[in-house]
Amino acid sequence: MPVDWPMQRRRSLRRIRFCRNFLGFLTKSREMRHVLSALVVNQPGVLAHISGMLASRAFNIDSLAVGATENEEFSRITFVVREDRKKFEQVRKQLEKIVTVVKVQDYVEREFVERDLMLIKVSTANGRRSEIRELTDIFRGRIVDVGSEHVMIEISGQETKIEAFIGRMREFGILEMVRTGRVAMLRDETITQDLPADVIPECSEASAS
Amino acid sequence: MSATEPETENSVETITGSEILVEMLIRQQSEVIFAYPGGCSMPLHQALRAQRDRLRTILPRHEQGGTFAAQGVARTTGRAGVCMATSGPGATNLVTGIADAKLDSIPMVAITGQVPQQFIGTDAFQETPMVEVCRAITKHHYLITDIKDVARIVKEAFYIAETGRPGPVLIDFPKDVQLATLPLDEVDFDPSFRLPGYHPEIRKAAPEQISQVVAAIRRSKRPVLYVGGGCILSDASEELREFALRTGIPVAMTVMGLGVFPGDHEQSLHMLGMHGTAYANYAVDESDLLLAFGVRFDDRVTGKLDAFARHGKIVHIDIDPSEIHKNKEAHIPINADLKEALTALNATLTDDDIPDLSDWTARINDWKQKYPLSYRDSGDEILQQWAIEQLYEQTKEKDPFIAVGVGQHQMWASQFYKFNKPRRWLSSSGLGTMGFGLPAAMGMQAANPDALCIDIDGDGSFQMNIQELATLYCEKLPVKILLLNNQHLGMVTQWEDRFMEGRRAHTYLGPVDHPEALGDGDGMQLEETFPNFVQISEGYGVKARQVRTRKDFPAALKEMLNHDGPYLLDVICVYQEHVLPMIPSGGTAQNMILE
Repeated sequence: MPVDWPMQRRRSLRRIRFCRNFLGFLTKSREMRHVLSALVVNQPGVLAHISGMLASRAFNIDSLAVGATENEEFSRITFVVREDRKKFEQVRKQLEKIVTVVKVQDYVEREFVERDLMLIKVSTANGRRSEIRELTDIFRGRIVDVGSEHVMIEISGQETKIEAFIGRMREFGILEMVRTGRVAMLRDETITQDLPADVIPECSEASAS
Repeated sequence: MSATEPETENSVETITGSEILVEMLIRQQSEVIFAYPGGCSMPLHQALRAQRDRLRTILPRHEQGGTFAAQGVARTTGRAGVCMATSGPGATNLVTGIADAKLDSIPMVAITGQVPQQFIGTDAFQETPMVEVCRAITKHHYLITDIKDVARIVKEAFYIAETGRPGPVLIDFPKDVQLATLPLDEVDFDPSFRLPGYHPEIRKAAPEQISQVVAAIRRSKRPVLYVGGGCILSDASEELREFALRTGIPVAMTVMGLGVFPGDHEQSLHMLGMHGTAYANYAVDESDLLLAFGVRFDDRVTGKLDAFARHGKIVHIDIDPSEIHKNKEAHIPINADLKEALTALNATLTDDDIPDLSDWTARINDWKQKYPLSYRDSGDEILQQWAIEQLYEQTKEKDPFIAVGVGQHQMWASQFYKFNKPRRWLSSSGLGTMGFGLPAAMGMQAANPDALCIDIDGDGSFQMNIQELATLYCEKLPVKILLLNNQHLGMVTQWEDRFMEGRRAHTYLGPVDHPEALGDGDGMQLEETFPNFVQISEGYGVKARQVRTRKDFPAALKEMLNHDGPYLLDVICVYQEHVLPMIPSGGTAQNMILE
């Protein structure tokens, strides 16, 4: 049983992710999952504009989460993009181009914390509530509602952990589930609207030899 | 100050939302607006009427005509063109023109009336969610919800439309806000604004990037300049000429870039791409350094991307970061305003950096000798290429503005009319909108009242906005129309001939029971062509004449050019002629069809 889920496993995951990124860098066409965070002006229609742009340019988005920030003038949107390196760059630049998008941050090869939040309703009709409760504890989830025939569990964490938990719950019978999509934050750096946009110099970087 | 109505009770001067908007247009130095009224834009028209001495309002005969006319202003002056329509169908008629401006990066402010706010979202009469419709085809868009925002939004709209990579901005203006009032002394006509997500001013090339370009030039043996609309938009023509003349590097222009470098100069390779010159395409193909300035590697230029300029290093300078590496990976990518980058480049360049290009120039001249732009001898029939060359000969000293429709005549005009100045050639290049020519010419004439403004059009394109003949007459816009009438949709006909065994499928513009409709005719033009453009034109009050033979053409052309007022010259041409050279879609310079 994966009792202490994070440390051991996380390190190896990170290693895998690094290898994958490195390979992607070499081949330049490998599809990768990137986390992008966009600071946007908090006004009506911004989300529609962004999702419309992504759809019309046929970009693959795995998840999109939007919410308020520390400053009520802005919202933050976190995207998980599944594209090769070149297309991913286009996603980033096209997002940047939207007038209401203040800043786009790419979390690739950066140290960041990412979380998904899920609510899941699991059947207890088979009388295995205590088993469910034990698993929930192991995964550091919480039972937030108990019905006669089901329990509702709240769980957050990295996507892989959530996926693993869903896998465990299947045998009990999942009645309903809802997920927020990924949110992420850099460990060491604070991104605010006042930082100079680092996107432009990076793009101008000459690579001639 | 704007027209205001004194309020009787307390005698506080007030101003309406409409009046604020019109006052702001004037303060943004707009001189002309193309506006078609309707229920939800009537207050705006009342305000325009009141200000008619300070801002000319031209009534197009179709809202789409208004958008292209606004582009005619923008493309010749560099300032944002302004057009307006009512809500619903009026607004949706602007859509094509807005999309066109987006693809060619033309600064434009499009204003649409909107149903009063309490009706928004109820499927009210003539309600269309214009902001939703236009998101993907504007640079930015606004829905005004408060009269206090009107002045700021108009100022922002012009700023966004004209700076950075220019583009169209939509302002959707609900009627209740148009009619709302504010005390005049509460209106700030020069409001400050804050756009935290828009930074057009930070794009500068770093000195080390400029040195890298200089080093690449020094090492190159076969450099080519590939310049486009970005050169015109950033007013970098002077700097580009200086750079090209000093280095001796040959200049190939995109269809958007024509005029940036003198078309009749020996270093000019003229246009590149699908219907570009053979020598431009061969030169790019063999180049070891491609200086791509203000271009976007469009598929009509590159053909097969992997094969395009594959032997060379690519320097790409563009103001829009999303264009860099979008289609083609650049070896030296520079995200900067071209004018500044070229100025820096000219300042950094020393005489030692200029490579010896004599072999390269000799090779190019060889291609120019071997594969010049040419056309066959057609006896007394008029070929479009010849007609355009005649027009060029008769007008080149008059510094004319030329607009075109879309199709064969457009490509021939780009090949055979030589432009020596930027902003003289107006073509719907990215979107390729038929019907662009006449209204664009109308706009350029309005913006340049004393200039010779010519619309070179095809009979298909011309009919898409033929109603603007009325505007020419009523607004006294002396546009000259050279109508190259071949009774067919020439470019599609050409593709049918090349790729579909000549099967005519709805490309004949005459009656459907005529043998030509299915391609079974004898190939001759009828005695009476369809429609009767001379009659139509005269019905609109525009003088017109038809000409069918080579010997009559020069005099007829002269008559048109000397006519005081708008004029239509209906030139009956053959339809079997193909635009050559041609690189088939997705092909390479090696696949070029030369005859």
